[in-house]
Amino acid sequence: MEKGGFSPVGLRVLVVDDDPTWLKILEKMLKKCSYEVTTCGLAREALRLLRERKDGYDIVISDVNMPDMDGFKLLEHVGLELDLPVIMMSVDGETSRVMKGVQHGACDYLLKPIRMKELKIIWQHVLRKKLQEVRDIEGCGYEGGTDWITRYDEAHFLGGGEDVSFCKKRKDFDFEKKLLLQDESDPSSSSSKKARVVWSFELHQKFVNAVNQIGCDHKAGPKKILDLMNVPWLTRENVASHLQKYRLYLSRLEKEKELKCYSGGVKSIDSSPKDAEVNSGHQSPGKSSFVFSGGIFQKATETDPKPLASASLSDPNTDVIMPPKTKKTRIGFDPPISSPAFDSLLPWNDVPEVLESKPVLYENSFLQQQPLPSQSSYVANSAPAIMEEEMKPPYETPVGGSSVNIDEFLMPQDKIPTVTIQDLDPSALSSMKLQEFSSNVTNNTEAILRSWELPESNHSASLDTDLDLSWLQGERFLANTGLQFQDYSSSPSFLSELPPHLWYGNERLPDPDEYSFMVDQGLFIS
Amino acid sequence: MNTIVVGQLQRQFQDYIVSLYQQGYLDNQFTELRKLQDEGSPDFVAEVVSLFFDDCAKVINDMSTSLERPDHVDFKQVDSGVHQLKGSSSSVGARRVKNVCIAFKECCDVQNREGCLRCLQQVDYEYKMLKTKLQDLFNLEQQILQAGGTIPQVSMN
Repeated sequence: MEKGGFSPVGLRVLVVDDDPTWLKILEKMLKKCSYEVTTCGLAREALRLLRERKDGYDIVISDVNMPDMDGFKLLEHVGLELDLPVIMMSVDGETSRVMKGVQHGACDYLLKPIRMKELKIIWQHVLRKKLQEVRDIEGCGYEGGTDWITRYDEAHFLGGGEDVSFCKKRKDFDFEKKLLLQDESDPSSSSSKKARVVWSFELHQKFVNAVNQIGCDHKAGPKKILDLMNVPWLTRENVASHLQKYRLYLSRLEKEKELKCYSGGVKSIDSSPKDAEVNSGHQSPGKSSFVFSGGIFQKATETDPKPLASASLSDPNTDVIMPPKTKKTRIGFDPPISSPAFDSLLPWNDVPEVLESKPVLYENSFLQQQPLPSQSSYVANSAPAIMEEEMKPPYETPVGGSSVNIDEFLMPQDKIPTVTIQDLDPSALSSMKLQEFSSNVTNNTEAILRSWELPESNHSASLDTDLDLSWLQGERFLANTGLQFQDYSSSPSFLSELPPHLWYGNERLPDPDEYSFMVDQGLFIS
Repeated sequence: MNTIVVGQLQRQFQDYIVSLYQQGYLDNQFTELRKLQDEGSPDFVAEVVSLFFDDCAKVINDMSTSLERPDHVDFKQVDSGVHQLKGSSSSVGARRVKNVCIAFKECCDVQNREGCLRCLQQVDYEYKMLKTKLQDLFNLEQQILQAGGTIPQVSMN
């Protein structure tokens, strides 16, 4: 039964390029490959499209240089929020640029002019990602599973007798895959439907608590975390997937903070999420000190973080003072992970004390004019990404439940008036700010880029590598990172308060200038 | 259909397009573009190059503004414009334009305003020149079609 074989027909591609000529050409070329093409001239627009139809695309191809947003930022967002494969393009083939693409998670980097033959095989990245997802999930909890599931995957997915094209079979395949995986992991489950895990605020809190508890042990693996969390219905796979996203999120934060520090001057005391945890830990161990994500958003125009409805700040005063936005450049930077729970761990809460002259939190300026609601909206938008997703295909295959929406994501008590990001954007951002932003970016970016390019690439590379390695190995929390965040410009004393495992092996703490750089880089997320 | 006339026109077309390649106005990317043209989009190439020329005009204009005042040159903007031109010229195979961009970038990197102005002038000249050439080429195509013939696929090796 020779398979009709795998067919990439109907692959849903989103092309993002500010050059109208290239956009037209690429559209034509992709259509000739029998793909389903959507074009977009702005990164912001692309993100909007992607978020609107979370399962609407299989792969994103984007140019590196775009006016409204750095292509690498877009890349990060897509990777984190949507977990889609992203291909970068540029007319510039400089090693450092390509490296940056890889570091930020691009699955490929194409040089313009792009040839048809290169586009004809981009579907491999979609396939690869799917297979990897399955392997990752199984790999960490099921010894023999990897081989088995891979074989199953490949045999089935690659069309054991049937044509598995993107538009036709994926739903069936994924549903079956879920069944199989679920049965493997939970033999007692009789239902063929798997409930989607809602990583609520509290749940994430438990998760983080567990992670902290495991502490110095460097071995915060999904199983241990699961055990500590003591949530009966939660599976190790759920935790593993969540952990992966969490790590990615933290690593992005680290990088960004570094960027800020590097370009700036103020030595920040702590700017790692772990700091926040530790900090909170000091205040009230394992308690709701983590919970002040709401505060982040609230701080747009306030100098003092106030406890918000959803948060019970154990010690508001020690929480970071968000400086009123000083530069209007940071309009809307979305933290990589949009869960409010994640936000609570943001170092930003602490950093601002030091970064007085610099705008710190992305959320700050982003949500400038709409404090609270933005939190929920942001969460809502990215919620599905944070959700337990290993079983979930990138397209709509609701298994065992409704698709995630904001109401699911936030527990009732956490609910805040919902405002979608899309709604938020126009009201929150004035065009003036945008202009200021773009001019700031142009002015500062190049200089800053040059100044810190090397260090950034060094540690970024290792960070990602290490994260990947540890992830694959399954049980090591943040395996030997040996991360070289070189510019160690922080106060050692504060560092010592951090549980080692939270350091990621890196002692570097960001300078505010990196923050300002990040601010300048900014993101327009609509 | 007058086959002799068509034949002549086709030869003319072929010679002309080959000369454009040989003189460096066009490169392989233009060939690729022509391959993309089909019944579904019979004016594809013309549309794309039209977009390109519009883009050129705009970018050059912006750069000109940035370079205007000797005491206050926005090299970042110029650099960005050069990058844009380089990108779009590579999309249609506008080889000469692209080459000027390379030199242009170097002037930008060292913040050489004079050099930039020269490059700006040159890039303006080149794109306009190419525009004229391609216009002639498209006219030839039209003549062939009107005479009932088909446009030859020219492969450059």
